[in-house]
Amino acid sequence: MPPISRGFHGRRRDDADAGRIPPGQYLTPDFPVLSAGPTPHTPLEEWSLTIHGAVDEPVSWSWEEFRALPAQTFTVDIHCVTKWSKLDTTWTGVSVDTLLADVTTEAEFLTAWSDGDYTTNLPLEDVSDGRAWVVYEYGGEPLDPEHGGPARLLVPHLYFWKSAKWLRGLALTTEDEPGFWEAAGYNNYGDPWREQRYWGD
Amino acid sequence: MGRLIPHRIAWRVATVREVVVESPRARTLVLEVPDWPGHRAGQHVDVRLTAEDGYQAQRSYSIASAPELDTLELTVELVDDGEVSPYLVQELRAGDVFEVRGPVGGHFSWAVADGGPLLLVGGGSGLVPLMSMLRHRGARASAVEAHVLASARSEQDALYRDELQGLEPRAGLSVAWTFTRTPPPGWSGYARRVDAAMLADVAPGPGERPLIFVCGPTPFVEAVADLLVDAGHDPRSIHAERFGPTGG
Repeated sequence: MPPISRGFHGRRRDDADAGRIPPGQYLTPDFPVLSAGPTPHTPLEEWSLTIHGAVDEPVSWSWEEFRALPAQTFTVDIHCVTKWSKLDTTWTGVSVDTLLADVTTEAEFLTAWSDGDYTTNLPLEDVSDGRAWVVYEYGGEPLDPEHGGPARLLVPHLYFWKSAKWLRGLALTTEDEPGFWEAAGYNNYGDPWREQRYWGD
Repeated sequence: MGRLIPHRIAWRVATVREVVVESPRARTLVLEVPDWPGHRAGQHVDVRLTAEDGYQAQRSYSIASAPELDTLELTVELVDDGEVSPYLVQELRAGDVFEVRGPVGGHFSWAVADGGPLLLVGGGSGLVPLMSMLRHRGARASAVEAHVLASARSEQDALYRDELQGLEPRAGLSVAWTFTRTPPPGWSGYARRVDAAMLADVAPGPGERPLIFVCGPTPFVEAVADLLVDAGHDPRSIHAERFGPTGG
């Protein structure tokens, strides 16, 4: 039984949204920024997205080629391990299913990697079947660099650090290899509904 | 595959020993936490409050104290429409209890063994984790070169001003303030937002390969980190921690 903090009442949520907020999270109307270093600014003519690693043939798209892929606009809730959740965020981007359509692989995991040397690891299963996208618009506008533009991974069912900003590649792997935060004490999987924030959660 | 299953980071009960007024809007909570596992300067903790009916709220706060201290200190600034910070800043008093979990966040951290020179740039309460680093440097009597640039709206809002003035060892240490809204009367120092010229004044050059820590509100960190990259500093040497506009 946790100790009672004398005089603390807090702000309960009695409305319908309460069921959409994972344990330990609070709702924010803003869009806070969390990154470990400076914001990279890669010119679009130098940008590419590559799928490589344990694949028969690596595939790569220039910005123009990537933008010519079929896109989806969709609305999801996002949950950051630093405790904020934001409901009904609207994004436009390419489903990872589309990117993986012509990829033959035995891999069960992947490492998403980004400009600025960020990495994060995911089971391949978690970016398949319409559960992950590479997005380039937020709320109908080009994605701001501080929020991961020109393009970021979006995996809304996991804590937001899995949604790598400034995405440049997906390295498919046969073994699960902890990424930047996962190696630094954050949970390897990161399910907000099971409050998997840190190692051992 | 024999993957190591690490221990869960446990919630621990923290008892407030003292509440110190740092500014009209900020308090340092001096906490006794039995079995605290220790931390690296710059890390943070999760705080969990529990109301009488079992309702809970969690937030993260930077640790202000040196790892060498036997108490754990958090400096918390009031977020006007916040849920947790008004309680911590305005209601909490000695003897009260809540829970902490941590330490968390190994990236934005420093120990004397990591060396230097250090460049610490803090905006508002972004000074808190940087203060932990400076206190650690002092506790170890380390002569690692350290350069501090602290930005505050006014002298009244400035955290730790007297302590920064008296930090030891003085050798290799420089502390510069900029007051962006209301400088003190007669102030001859910086009175503007951090810019390239100011950083050129206070920071070691890129050739000295400083370890850089920037902490503050998101726009502050974005601006300072961009200026440092433009000045030629290695992006990988720049550690950033951004405080969101909300929270609380």
